[in-house]
Amino acid sequence: MAVVKWKPGIFGWHRDPFSEMDRLRREMDRIFGVYTGAREMAPAAGVFPALNMSEDDHNLYVRAELPGVAPENIEITTKENNLILKGERKIAAEGKKVSYHRKERDAGNFRRIISLPTRVDSDKVTAACKNGVLTVTLPKAPEAKPRQIAVKSE
Amino acid sequence: MADKDLQLREKKELQTEAEHTKPGLVFTPTVDIFESEEEITVLADMPGVASDGVTIDLHNNELKISGEVEDQGSEKERYLLREYDIGRFHRHFTISDRIDQSKISASMKDGVLRLVLPKAEKAKPKRIEVKAE
Repeated sequence: MAVVKWKPGIFGWHRDPFSEMDRLRREMDRIFGVYTGAREMAPAAGVFPALNMSEDDHNLYVRAELPGVAPENIEITTKENNLILKGERKIAAEGKKVSYHRKERDAGNFRRIISLPTRVDSDKVTAACKNGVLTVTLPKAPEAKPRQIAVKSE
Repeated sequence: MADKDLQLREKKELQTEAEHTKPGLVFTPTVDIFESEEEITVLADMPGVASDGVTIDLHNNELKISGEVEDQGSEKERYLLREYDIGRFHRHFTISDRIDQSKISASMKDGVLRLVLPKAEKAKPKRIEVKAE
């Protein structure tokens, strides 16, 4: 019988119901993972960086948290219905005079490909980095945008 | 180091006995802490935190670092994929050295906080000579 550690934060306070449901689902996955002896819940892909994708009527948005990655070290490519993010996180050496108490931050390369759920206008893709959060804005191709169809009375 | 690949690590939620006064998720930032003879430097990854969103509190050798995050995206957006959660950052440390409070400096760049805590005169190391008898 596996013992599941109670984590404060599941029911402790109120958030918006949508994200609460989403978190509950993930929490269940996590608990289930413990029961089956599997590894702790791995995010969907297991590849750095973790991505959030959202959409509105006109665009798809792909976001990643990339603290310490300079914008010039990020390369974004679209190929057919795929978005490829490549880059390198560099951590400058602090010299030989310092000694470390903790070193938890990693440097290295990343390459991730993600397929997009709709067709996008690849000529108009833009990307911006703000405070270490990358946002790629991908305008949907005209045929993928929602269209309102007026019903005529005859 | 350059040919190493970055591994995905889940953001760690802050585990604390105390209850939070504000709603929302709280994560612990990953940090590097190193010291030289003159100062202690803390580097903390806090993506989404602007320079005016950082609070640093040093009191009785306890250093508290907090960062408020801005929302990512607008309310009109619908999530299609969600691999990470967004929330503010908090972490706290005890510092054994005496710090010269008036000379603390902090800067934010690309979501990384660099906090420099200069040691007070008394805390700087003294070299102890070993005499041969």
